[in-house]
Amino acid sequence: MGIDPVTLAFWLIVAATPILLAGLGELVVERAGVLNLGVEGMMITGAVCGFIAAVHSGSPVLGFLAAALAGAALALLFGVLTQILLANQVASGLALTLFGLGLSALLGIGYSGISPPPVPRLDLPGLSDLPVLGRILFSHDAMVYLSVAAVAAIAWALRATRWGLILRAVGENPGAAHALGYKVVRIRLLAILFGGALAGLGGAYLSLVRVPQWTEGMTAGAGWIALAMVVFSGWKPWRLLLGAWLFGGVTAAQLRFQAQGIPVPAELLSMSPYVITILVLVLISSGRGMAGAPAALGRPFHATG
Amino acid sequence: MTRLIPTLAGFTLAAGLGLSAAAQDDPVKAAFVYVGSIGDFGWTYEHNESRLAVEEHFGDAVETSYVENVPEGADAERVMTQMALAGADIIFTTSFGYMDATNNVAAKFPDVKFEHATGYRRDHPNVSTYSARFYEGRAVIGHIAGHMTESNIVGYIASYPIPEVIRGINSAYLHAKAVNPDVDFRVVWVFTWFDPAVEAEAAQALIDQGADVIMQHTDSTAPMTVMAEAGVIGFGQASDMAAFAPAPRVASIIDNWAPYYIDRVQAVIDGTWESTDTWDGIAPGMVELGEMTDAIPADVRASAQAIAESIAAGDYHPFTGPIARQDGTLWLDVGEVADDGTMLGMDFYVEGLSGEIPN
Repeated sequence: MGIDPVTLAFWLIVAATPILLAGLGELVVERAGVLNLGVEGMMITGAVCGFIAAVHSGSPVLGFLAAALAGAALALLFGVLTQILLANQVASGLALTLFGLGLSALLGIGYSGISPPPVPRLDLPGLSDLPVLGRILFSHDAMVYLSVAAVAAIAWALRATRWGLILRAVGENPGAAHALGYKVVRIRLLAILFGGALAGLGGAYLSLVRVPQWTEGMTAGAGWIALAMVVFSGWKPWRLLLGAWLFGGVTAAQLRFQAQGIPVPAELLSMSPYVITILVLVLISSGRGMAGAPAALGRPFHATG
Repeated sequence: MTRLIPTLAGFTLAAGLGLSAAAQDDPVKAAFVYVGSIGDFGWTYEHNESRLAVEEHFGDAVETSYVENVPEGADAERVMTQMALAGADIIFTTSFGYMDATNNVAAKFPDVKFEHATGYRRDHPNVSTYSARFYEGRAVIGHIAGHMTESNIVGYIASYPIPEVIRGINSAYLHAKAVNPDVDFRVVWVFTWFDPAVEAEAAQALIDQGADVIMQHTDSTAPMTVMAEAGVIGFGQASDMAAFAPAPRVASIIDNWAPYYIDRVQAVIDGTWESTDTWDGIAPGMVELGEMTDAIPADVRASAQAIAESIAAGDYHPFTGPIARQDGTLWLDVGEVADDGTMLGMDFYVEGLSGEIPN
């Protein structure tokens, strides 16, 4: 039995969605000049809160909402620490991950071995019946469409809207943005909340769709992969989508190559998602000059004048 | 970056231990290093259950502590050092990959006893090793798998290419093939003990390739969820995984470390602890077989039970010749049984398995 490319393509999108959502949130945060290393912690908190809410309400929609709120709540903690109390961003982010892992383990007690309510596939009339493409692109759940729509919306907003310009200004030169009268701290806090909500959604996608179950520590480093992906994408949303799908795709493909018994050394296959994703993202960025990190990334801002 | 997290966790916990270290006639302190989370409902879960059994057994005479999610490597060494500094009398390091770290730290703390699970190095008189003969359990579930598969494709989610895992694949395959000559094993190496998303994906990949029975040698129950959805069957690994019975979980191999842990802590209390190498199987109860559900036909249940009993009684060894290696050379002659040394270093597939073992 060969590898069915349509099935493969379908699963690669599912595998990539948690990283894509979390990465997209972090991308916005970093474009605002804030480095939040707590992605893993916000993801796993979203995973457990989304799972609990979905199990009790029977509604995956409420589950995802709860996950977004939980991720944002954790992010708020980080925001208060780093934007108002001016704590170190790296240390606060790491602490947030530790906190999230511990908190989720505590909240998740008693939820192992339960199945969440199924997330329905959203068939798009007409499109889902298309041969090949219908199955690959148009028979997913709503979160997949939402994640792609979010990529498009964020890419457009960052490039073409006043809001995007302000956010980028805050990330590149908060002093100048402040001098122009923009509330740097408030804008950054909003970006942090948004990033937390998306990380929470990414986590819930793991526990409600991707696996679907709750297991302690189930993100197993997905948050760190999302963080790395943001850097390698050169802080560009479409490249992030490419990177996430590539990573998900090579992961799904290498497992299928192995399952089929193709004689390629398993250790090579196993490292290929990391190697290929990094290689491709670096190559496409190198030609036209890497966009580079937002100039004020990770630096605290305090309007003392 | 991921490595930082458990290290920090390790420091916090170990620092906490340090505060409580006090007078000489303290209770005996037993510390445990876990590779996964105690909520994995697999490997680490069972080690922790056995730790709790130690607490239960000794009451106030023994104090236990643990650090979970400790990566194999330098971080493990730091966690063990902290435990030793904090006054641990005996430290159980519960993953193969802690082998170097355990021996390195043991050299620095000759008065602390170290117990390393599934390893083979005892460089110092204060290091013991212990493991379970999981391959005995694998023989039984391999037998069941051979009977149950209709597609004749059995999927196998393997973690790392170490002897313990390879032994399990060989044992399961030999006993599946004995009852079903057409059976084909598809092995997927995921290079992790615990990553639910990857484990689930591997199960999905195997199912897409036609596997209708799946075995796992990883620690989470994520593959079970995928199996349930696809309507294929599998086996509880390390822990009973009873939440998934009667199907997809149709039987299970359970690790029961409690009697060993209680023995070893007792030896510390008595001052009789010595460096030993323990490798126990079904007979002493270190490997237990979980209930076989009605999803398995009664005659298969009976024959599987018979295999387990003859292994326990010492009448049957899962690696009994004639067995050839994958390359066709003879490994065991007719009636010959494998010696422990070869099994402990097993780095080859038996004849009939396809694919290569990664390096």
